[in-house]
Amino acid sequence: MLRYSLKRLLGAIPTLLILMTLAFFMMRMAPGGPFDTEKSLPPEIQANLDKKYHLDEPLIQQYGRYLLDVVRGDFGPSFQYKDYSVNELIATGFPVSLRLGLSAIAIALVVGVGLGTIAALRQNSSADYTVMTLAMTGISIPNFVLAPILILVFAVYLGWLPAGGWNDGAFKNTILPIIGLALPQIAYISRLMRGSMIEVLRSNPIRTARAKGLPERVVILRHALKPALLPVVSFLGPATAAVITGSVVIEQIFGIPGLGRYFVQGALNRDYTLVMGVVVFYGILIILFNFIVDLVYAMLDPKVRYS
Amino acid sequence: MPLLEVNNLRTSFHTNDGDVYAVNDLSFSLEKGETLGVVGESGSGKSQLVLSIINLLASNGHMEGSIRFQGQELVGMKPREINRIRGNRIGMIFQDPMTCLNGYLTIARQMTEVLIHHQGLDYASAKKHSIEMLDAVHIPDAKSRIDRYPHEFSGGMRQRVMIAMALLCQPDLLIADEPSTALDVTVQAQIIQLMNELQQEFGMSIIMITHDLGVIAGISDNVMVMYGGRICEQAPVFELFENPSHPYTQGLLQSVPRLDTAGSVKLHSIPGNPPNLLRLPPGCAFVDRCQKVIPACGWQQPPLL
Repeated sequence: MLRYSLKRLLGAIPTLLILMTLAFFMMRMAPGGPFDTEKSLPPEIQANLDKKYHLDEPLIQQYGRYLLDVVRGDFGPSFQYKDYSVNELIATGFPVSLRLGLSAIAIALVVGVGLGTIAALRQNSSADYTVMTLAMTGISIPNFVLAPILILVFAVYLGWLPAGGWNDGAFKNTILPIIGLALPQIAYISRLMRGSMIEVLRSNPIRTARAKGLPERVVILRHALKPALLPVVSFLGPATAAVITGSVVIEQIFGIPGLGRYFVQGALNRDYTLVMGVVVFYGILIILFNFIVDLVYAMLDPKVRYS
Repeated sequence: MPLLEVNNLRTSFHTNDGDVYAVNDLSFSLEKGETLGVVGESGSGKSQLVLSIINLLASNGHMEGSIRFQGQELVGMKPREINRIRGNRIGMIFQDPMTCLNGYLTIARQMTEVLIHHQGLDYASAKKHSIEMLDAVHIPDAKSRIDRYPHEFSGGMRQRVMIAMALLCQPDLLIADEPSTALDVTVQAQIIQLMNELQQEFGMSIIMITHDLGVIAGISDNVMVMYGGRICEQAPVFELFENPSHPYTQGLLQSVPRLDTAGSVKLHSIPGNPPNLLRLPPGCAFVDRCQKVIPACGWQQPPLL
């Protein structure tokens, strides 16, 4: 198990290298630079800036320098947030996004699995159609529409919750963003869960369990739940990585100082180091969560054993 | 009173093309300790007949008629009550041992839950009893193997586990739906022999479904031949093999390949296809394929002899 884990983590290095290479050169291919402004800078200042950030070196040398820095765990200084390093920006933004994201995923998992199971058990009943219609709606409404609706209803009309702001992470301020993050995930998970549960309920082992005279509750919880959860678990890996790194839209609309908005701001400002840092960080999380998914798989399915 | 009495059972499935009748007005009875073999080709309704008995039809299935087990009416019984009979008074073995056990739970878990649920045993004694039952079906080293998962067993071993699981509560009736079909021939013979042995030991009645006439000859007291959801012949096993009276049974028996004929002989088969269960003929279901057809076959069922 330890050996397997080690092998998997070492195997991630080439993946990350490819990711970094692609991101680095694509970013540089984009027109414009980090210090472009409306008014062009005097050439001397431009040259000084370029020199300071090593932008005057050949691209391949910059690339090598960047790789060496990353190996040392240093993502470099941000071009735009002058007094901050990229490491510091991630360190302040990520905990915020992580807290919202984990809460959202946890809620989505419980509610989605519950709703999906209910829909599967009452297949083609009104309960099933209601859940699936809501899920379809949840998937098709983009979050830039969903978030303002949430604000309108709960903050403006009902006045129960603040319309936005972080307020140092007060619980009240987190509710709407968490709901905004969780609803689409609930929709996906309940659809996935319904489909796999229906399939499992028709399978031979479930027929055997019923032939043994076990009550329906035991058949569902002990015999059907585990196999039905497997597709949800695979979905959950990348989904968790995506949600905990923060949603650009949700964080922008609710004014939350998370990691998500650095994605867009960094890209728009050609903040090379910030974009690279966020991309690499996201890549590491994706790899990490896929690895966790495989470990959970092994826990759920006795046929899967890593040695 | 017979152990099981089925009267005018009709099992249908509602589909978009209309109601499909898998079992048509079928009646039979089974005595205590008796083994009834049910033969017929695929789609003759054998499996749906036994699934009807333990009320495990697919959700679009529907039953009419009467199934009395130890005097209790099973048709229309509430799920709670039928659950007290399933796995307890009636054990069931299915066709494909590779897929019928739950691959996510240990054998111990799957066996003990039956005893814990039906007999209220605690886990330790349920496990002890389960190990004894695995010994009885000749699983070597049952004591350590019981904590394994199904994928660590071969097909034949899994079917033995299924049999042990079905017999845990010492049921009065064991239903075996093609228990040996998915296994290779030597293992088939072992499984059939095992069932014979266990029947002598525990004295339960057996309904054995198969399309293998050799299996039927080896285990049954009586044989029921099904075609198109109906019984076309029912007789004690020797009589059926000696003197089959329905042309379908005769055809089936002729189709058995024999080793004692000299030279190369073309294998016999019954021409045509099984009837469409959506539109069964009013008379004998075999009428289109029968070589001894008479006009009366078209409007009435031949009497059971």
